[in-house]
Order: sequence, then structure tokens, then C-alpha cells
Amino acid sequence: MANLTINGKTFTLDVEPDTPLLWAIRENAGLTGTKYGCGIAQCGACTVHLDGVAMRSCGISVGEAEGKKITTIEGLASGNTLHRVQEAWIAQDVPQCGYCQSGMIMAVAALLNEKPKPTDADIDEAITNICRCGTFQQVREAIHTIASA
Amino acid sequence: MNKHISPRLNRRAFVIGTAAVGAGLAIGLDLPLGGPAVVRAADGSPEIGAWVVVRPDDTVVIRIARSEMGQGSLTGLAQLVAEELECDWTKVTTEYPTPGQSVARKRVWGDFSTGGSRGIRSSQDYVRKGGATARVMLIQAAADAWKVPASECRAENSVITHTPSGRTTTYGKVAEAAAKLTPPADVKLKDPKDWKLIGKGVNRLDTADKTTGAMVYGIDVKLPGMLNAAIKDCPVFGGKLKSFDEAKIADMKGVKKVVKVGDTAVAVVADTWWHAKTALESLPIVWDEGDNAKVSSESIAKWLAEGLDNSQPAYVGNKNGDAKAAIAGAAKKVEAVYSYPYQNHATMEPMNATALYTADGCEVWCGTQNGEAAFAAVLEASGLPAEKCDVHKVMLGGGFGRRGQTDYVRQAVMIAKQMPGTPIKLLWSREEDMAHGRYHPITQCKMTGAFDANNNLIALHYRLSGQSILFSLRPEALQNGMDPAAFQGVAQSGEAAFGYSVPNLLVEHAMRNPHVPPGFWRGVNVNHNAIYMECFMDELAHAAGQDPLEFRRKLMGNHPKHLAVLNAVAEKIGWTSPAPQGVYRGIAQVMGYGSYVAGAAEISVTDGIKIKVHRIVASTDPGYVVNPAQVERQVAGSFVYGLSALFYGGCTVKDGKIEQTNFDTYNSMRINEMPKVETVMVPSGGFWGGVGEPTIGVAAPAVLNAYFAATGKRIRQVPLRDQNITFA
Ligand code: FES
Ligand code: FES
Repeated sequence: MANLTINGKTFTLDVEPDTPLLWAIRENAGLTGTKYGCGIAQCGACTVHLDGVAMRSCGISVGEAEGKKITTIEGLASGNTLHRVQEAWIAQDVPQCGYCQSGMIMAVAALLNEKPKPTDADIDEAITNICRCGTFQQVREAIHTIASA
Repeated sequence: MNKHISPRLNRRAFVIGTAAVGAGLAIGLDLPLGGPAVVRAADGSPEIGAWVVVRPDDTVVIRIARSEMGQGSLTGLAQLVAEELECDWTKVTTEYPTPGQSVARKRVWGDFSTGGSRGIRSSQDYVRKGGATARVMLIQAAADAWKVPASECRAENSVITHTPSGRTTTYGKVAEAAAKLTPPADVKLKDPKDWKLIGKGVNRLDTADKTTGAMVYGIDVKLPGMLNAAIKDCPVFGGKLKSFDEAKIADMKGVKKVVKVGDTAVAVVADTWWHAKTALESLPIVWDEGDNAKVSSESIAKWLAEGLDNSQPAYVGNKNGDAKAAIAGAAKKVEAVYSYPYQNHATMEPMNATALYTADGCEVWCGTQNGEAAFAAVLEASGLPAEKCDVHKVMLGGGFGRRGQTDYVRQAVMIAKQMPGTPIKLLWSREEDMAHGRYHPITQCKMTGAFDANNNLIALHYRLSGQSILFSLRPEALQNGMDPAAFQGVAQSGEAAFGYSVPNLLVEHAMRNPHVPPGFWRGVNVNHNAIYMECFMDELAHAAGQDPLEFRRKLMGNHPKHLAVLNAVAEKIGWTSPAPQGVYRGIAQVMGYGSYVAGAAEISVTDGIKIKVHRIVASTDPGYVVNPAQVERQVAGSFVYGLSALFYGGCTVKDGKIEQTNFDTYNSMRINEMPKVETVMVPSGGFWGGVGEPTIGVAAPAVLNAYFAATGKRIRQVPLRDQNITFA
């Protein structure tokens, strides 16, 4: 059993403490917006926020995440108001297949929290997610649009 | 009085995540007394022909048979229908018919297959007719109600106007009456100059859910009572499963069952996939690896190299003059050998499918590039007839050719069949996905060019040795043993024609098929053929002491469309003016999938091994551009995919198995490595070419040629990581 605070809600889950947070979120809490891509902290598809910091949830155990504030893509909007990253993603048609985009959006949201006006070099350093469809150009453009709004 | 008939097996209630996708159409049939049948969508709204459903609130539902996997075809196809339908684009939505429904209706939606950059170009004609047919019927219904000739009415934005009187009505209001009309036998399509929606970069129709986590991919499917399966197939292709010791994991948490899957694989079924995967890793398995376990990359390379020898048999794919004689008597000749490795598709979402097998039938939910092929796989694996099966397509987390295969669908059904009544979601780990790809085929190529005393290219011998995809996947398409697709990009004519005129030309393929299963990997044979040919063209230009662009141009007089895209990139990158200090340029062109493409790169190189790509310019002539915003994204995406393969890709074989296991050993480009791609669209009209794949052909050669310009060194092997060359 583990208690996880996800998107402001407490989940009491029948899950072993060494289970990767990714799978507890997807299978036990039933929030499938967070994606599995590699399971070895390489691709970023599983990125969530832990106390506001972007983390790869496949590389964190449930035990480590207990007591922290977990935000997934489903919890990024406030009520019916989408987060500005989500809005920009829609306006600029960033996703292709979209599978990497939950992680991409979570990584970008964390970056913008930390650096509201990131330079290209900041983006290069912070956004290390894999996108096999190759949406990088749209990702970069959308970040700059948000930052200059 | 209408009788409501459901033509298919009773739909079972199910829940798929949060979005109502993949639910199929639950089509009903109204059979009114006298008059044609009205076909109804799940919500009761009438079909106006198979492609269009109009709801009372004027919402237009457009049916899409091809699959959306990120390439944007879903939106492009809807634009094609809507253009002719003259409907309000802001009220357009889409849905997938299921393959089972298509079969039940004599394939009314045509081909479902989504590969070969075919989504738009192979269906544009009949989907536009579907839109036009519906428009004619809707206008006729309004005219009938007003008792005026249809010729006096016009439609725009889902509003029908009787021109003389100015009276108006909307599609939603006349849909019921329109559905009862007999469709016109023939409809006239618009002249391209009158297009309003085709050619516009409208936003995609499927974006919002991809930003909130609501989009349902195969991996996200949830059914009541569903269990999860993890699988391990014999890591040596062609090997078999000998035995496994189930008792060792029986007590592990969540484990429900361990099942044999065919002759080659074993799966653990558990409450969660994490439990299934963890238990599978502890399961003692004995494989019968067979003779293929002796195969390695080295043994394959040696075998392929033998095929480069002219004494070995080869299929001739393109020929004019007498290349061998011209080379023998030439003033100067140049020779080079190139190679290209296996590549894994590495779709972001690993392979998966969910199957439910019951006494009533078998249903599958999955991402697939070919709903009909997946359906056929379900029939075969379940042993049930078509009317008892169906496939519900969901969004694909990438396809790139991999999801045109149905191995994962078959496996899911084979597992579900051993647990009747329980829905089973089979998910491959990334490691399984890396080990059981359908790899871009492995080849080598020896090219010989010959010049006369004035440095004119008089002969070219292009000798390819290696694997054929069709031999393995579609042997019926071989022509007397020859794989015609092996010559994509260097073919005599057709949709992937060679773009140069050389007086003596010989293009041949010594087919050698190692045991590693090949597949259609984005760009397919255009990839290596474009690298070989375009890098060698660069070598020839330098051997002749000529500018690589000018050298090509001289050979392209008879290929104006190839030349036009090459000129377009040359102009945009500023080929004739000097590059910035320390920056070097490369250029390439090819034709594939009915489209003409070219690319140019500007790079700098540090210490001979660190490459920074500063700029990429790409041009494309696909005949018509349906959605320029999506074309731009496909072109840029093709560079990311092609350059990832060039720098980081390459699957190697050891003891008969693929060595790469995950993104740590099969890496992919990140945002910091990718410059902006400047896309130049030069649609010349009159034909429909594909967009998703051709550009990948020019990605690697543009960079490799720039590398030579920068360093004077030729790279003739892929990937660069094996040569210690990386991104700066
Ligand atoms: S799934 Fe966690 S980083 Fe790839
Ligand atoms: S949008 Fe498909 S992997 Fe990024």
C-alpha cells in the first residue's frame, strides 16, 4: 500500500514501494496520459512534476514519490482552463503522433516556471525528450511564443 | 416504419479511457418501405453516402479509412472531402469505420492500408467524390423541398441557397431527406484552381486531446476485467521456444497465467503490466535457437560483400547502353563501396494490442497502419469467421511502417484465446520492441563511374547487394524473383525514377536475404539508394573537378521536375554565394513515392568528428499540397528520423540476435541537435505524390556531402557513432 498525492488528490494504491512511479500512475491510479517509452529514464515520455520539478517517472519508485506533490499531464490545467503550454501546443499544432507530447509539455512547463524567457540554449539544455516524429521545430517555436506573450 | 438492423455482432459495452474513440460506428440500417436503405451512424444520424454523416446540428462526420499516426492524413483527407462537400470546416469531425464493417459492406471505404506515403494520394479521388456526391444529394434534397431545379441552388459552408429567391437552408435540416435519395452515378470534381480548403494549412483535427493526456493510444485501452500481458519471443529470429519453468514465478505478485504463444514466444499474464513484466524477467526460459544463432553482423557483411562481385548473379533494375564496356574503355574511373545497416522503427509507443476472445467472437483494439491486415490477422489467429470479429483502431504512437505488420495483433489474439472472456492487453517492453523489429533492410553498394577525356560522365554501374523486403513480406510481388522496389530512387521510370541521364547505365541488385526480418521503414529503399547515389554523385563531381550542383544539373536536362526541386534548394540555401566562415554545404535530390524532393545542409565540423548542423533547406514537389503546415512538419520530421538513423541508428547482429536493447544503445536526436528546417514547396500540379517519406532520402546525403566539403573525408558507412563522429 502506498499513498500518493497526484494532481491534488490522494490515492491509496495497492502497489509495492519499489514499483516505478510511472506504472503506479498508469495502472494503479489509472491516469494514462503519462506515457511509457523506454523505462530507463532515456526518452522523457513519462515526465511528471514532483514538487514542481520535471522528473522521469519511470526512474522513480513509488516509495520515493510518497509525500511529494505529483502533477501529471491530466493535472496541468486548472479546472477547465488549459495551461498556457497546452494552449500554445494547440494553437501551433505542435504534436504529430502526440505520444511523446505529455512528457514534452510537462518538461516545457517546468522549464518556463524556472525560466520564463528561455533562450535557445536554455531550451537545448532543459528539453532532452525524444520525439521520433520530430516535432522539435514546433516545440521550440511554441516555447518562444509563450515566452514572448 | 423503419426496421433497425444491426448488421454485425452485438456490440459489447466497453470503456476506452476517457475519449470515445475506437468505438466504431455501430452502424444501423433503416429499410423504409419502398426506396433505398438509409444507413445510420451510431447516434442515429444519416449517412449521405459512405463517407459523410450529417447531424441535425450541422455537424459533419467524415469517415476516414486510413490511419492517423502523426502524419496528419486524417486532417488532409477530411479537407479533401470537405472541399467538395462545401461544408462548414469548423463543424467537421471524423471517425474510423472498422474493417469488419467495411467487409460487411463490400469494402465501401476501399483500402485501409496506410504506408508508402499513400494515405492521401491513393484515396484522393474517391474521397473527393464521396464529398461531391453528398453535396449533390444535399442540394437535391433542398431543391426537392422547395420544388425548384437543383441547378438553381448552390452550397457553401453547409448552407444551401436557392439563388433566384435567396432562400436558404442548412445541411442538417435536409440530411434526412438527402439520405433517402439515390446517389448520382457520376459527379464532377472541382478544378484545382477553385479549391478553397485544399492547399490551406488548417490546424489538425486531432490535437487537443494530445495535449491533455486524453488521447487514447493502444497502450491506454482499458476494458472491464482486463488483464495485462508481457511477452518474450525467441531473441534469435527463426528460433523456437523449448520450455519454461512456470512454477518458479507462479507465486509472484499478480501473476495469473503463463502461456505459450505460437512456437516461438511465452507470455506472462498478470493483473498489471508491471507485474507481468517483472515476473517474465524471472521466468526461466529455454530456447531452441537453431542455426541462425551463428549469424553476426560480420558474417552478414561478408556475404553481402560477395554480392558486389560482378561474377555473382544479380537482377537488372535499370539499364541503358553498355555500362561495363564503357567503364572498361574509359579515360578515368571512380569506384566506391557504401553500406547501410538495419534500422529499428522505434516508434515512441511500443507495439501493443488488446484482444477479447469469447464464444461470440473476437475483437481487438490497437493502433495499426492497416486495419484490414490487422483484421485478417485476427481471423487467422482466432480461427473465427469475419462476421464474428472486428478491429477497433485507436491512435498510433508512431508508425513509420512498423505498424503495417500484424505480428503483435496475432500474439494478442493467441494469448486471449487461451483465456476466453478476459480482455488481454499485450504490451511489448521497449527491449522486446528493439529485439523484434521489422528492420530497414541491410545493403551494400558498389558504384563505378567512368569519364571521357573531357570529364563527361559516360557510364555508371550501380551494384546493390543485400536484402529484399518483398522477398520476405510480399513474395507475390516479386517479378521472376526480382524485387522491383529494391530500385526505388534509381528506377527507370515510375514513382521513384532516377533523375539523371547517363549514356551507359547499369543498375542491378544481388539479392541476399539474411535471417533478420526486414520491414518497410519510413522511406524504405529510397533511404539507402539516395544515400549511395547522392554521395557518389558528389564523389563523381569532385573527381571531375566540378561543382556538385553544376555537375548534377548537366545530367538532369531530361528530368525537369527533379531539377526544379534541386534548383529550389540551391537557391534558398544560397549555393552560389559563399557560406559563412567555417560552414560547409552539401546537397542531394531524389524521387520517391511520386514526389520530387531535394535537401541541402550547412554544417561545421570540429576536430574532424564533431558535427554541428546549422541549417537545413528542403524542397518538395508532391504535385498538389493539401495542407502545407502538415507537409512542413513531415519534411522536418523526415530529417529528424533520417539524421537520427545516420548519427545514432544501426542495429547490429550478434549470435543471431539484435544487440541494441533500448534508447541508450539506439539513440535518437534531441532538440539541441536539430536546426530549423526551411521547407520550400514547389507543387507543380497535375499529379499526387506522397509526403511522409520521400524527404528522408535526402537528409543523410546532404549532411554527408557537407562533411566531405568540410573535411575532405568521405563517410561511406552508417551510423556515424561507430566512427566516433557525433553531434557537436
Ligand atoms: S519511459 Fe521514462 S524516460 Fe522513457
Ligand atoms: S509527436 Fe510522435 S513521438 Fe513526438
